Amino acid sequence: MSSLTTWSVLIGTSVLCYAIKLVGYLVPARWFAHERLQRINSLIPVVLLSALVVAQGVAVKTHLVIDHRLAGIAAALAALIAKAPFPVVVLSAAVTSALVYRWH
Amino acid sequence: MPQVSRRTLRDALSVALTVGAYGVAFGAAGVAAGFSVLQTSLFSLVTFTGASQFAAVGVVASGGAGLSAVVAASLLSTRNALYSLQMAPQLHVSGWRRLVAAQVTIDESTNVALAQAPHGPDAVRHGFWLTGVGVFIFWNLFTLVGALGAKSLGNPAAWGLDAAVPAAFLGLLWGRLADGRLRVISLVAAVFALVSTPLLPSGTPIIATVLVAVVAGWRP
Repeated sequence: MSSLTTWSVLIGTSVLCYAIKLVGYLVPARWFAHERLQRINSLIPVVLLSALVVAQGVAVKTHLVIDHRLAGIAAALAALIAKAPFPVVVLSAAVTSALVYRWH
Repeated sequence: MPQVSRRTLRDALSVALTVGAYGVAFGAAGVAAGFSVLQTSLFSLVTFTGASQFAAVGVVASGGAGLSAVVAASLLSTRNALYSLQMAPQLHVSGWRRLVAAQVTIDESTNVALAQAPHGPDAVRHGFWLTGVGVFIFWNLFTLVGALGAKSLGNPAAWGLDAAVPAAFLGLLWGRLADGRLRVISLVAAVFALVSTPLLPSGTPIIATVLVAVVAGWRP
């Protein structure tokens, strides 16, 4: 990873994310009133989060790999089903994954 | 300015502390992905929107192109524009305060603020500012702790950090899955990402799943 790439990602992400937050304070609300745009926009967090769980859980570059991470995600899923609070969900995934990684 | 109610303060602080503490995971994830401690801290100070920060470093960590990282992070933060549209008329901010309000317009500040609505417009404003500033302070402190700690931890996998990030995404997603239609859309997106991972260039399957949102949202 070159430092040019890491700085570009940092600056690009920061500028765009701030501009996006500023939108509501600067532009009239009616600009975003288009129904189809709002419907699609409201679905974007759900599809991106789903893809991120897959990408970070079972992908390594362009390969699908089943390893300790999947065990961690399974633990998180169990914690979520048991209605555990957010920090417990993350912690149980980390502990399970670390144990599988070390014993594997 | 009217006095801040104890209830608003409690709501804001509990959210700020829990979410802020999770900054440790971001700090470690940033360093593990190849960002320096300074760059990782700047992410939390300047980008300051958790899911997008994780997306940016996550795409880089999984070998994706820089542009994919920026696009994924930005798309994930578009909901902040919707939050700012909701908050702007309630905060009555102008001048430089608008610039500060924008920076702390995130999931937590907006949701705590809107939850205070039954207690009046002042409680909404207090909830927004206390949560936004509170998360900002703790998130940045803990990011630094995580980034510095990552160096002495060694391999992040040995501490389960590579599973903590997708688990956190799953946790954020979980709340939305009570809705049956969103559950189907989430599943389709996950399958799409699975199938496209071996077919598309590294890092692009995440962006490509936006197609699922476009198709699903095209008609009501």
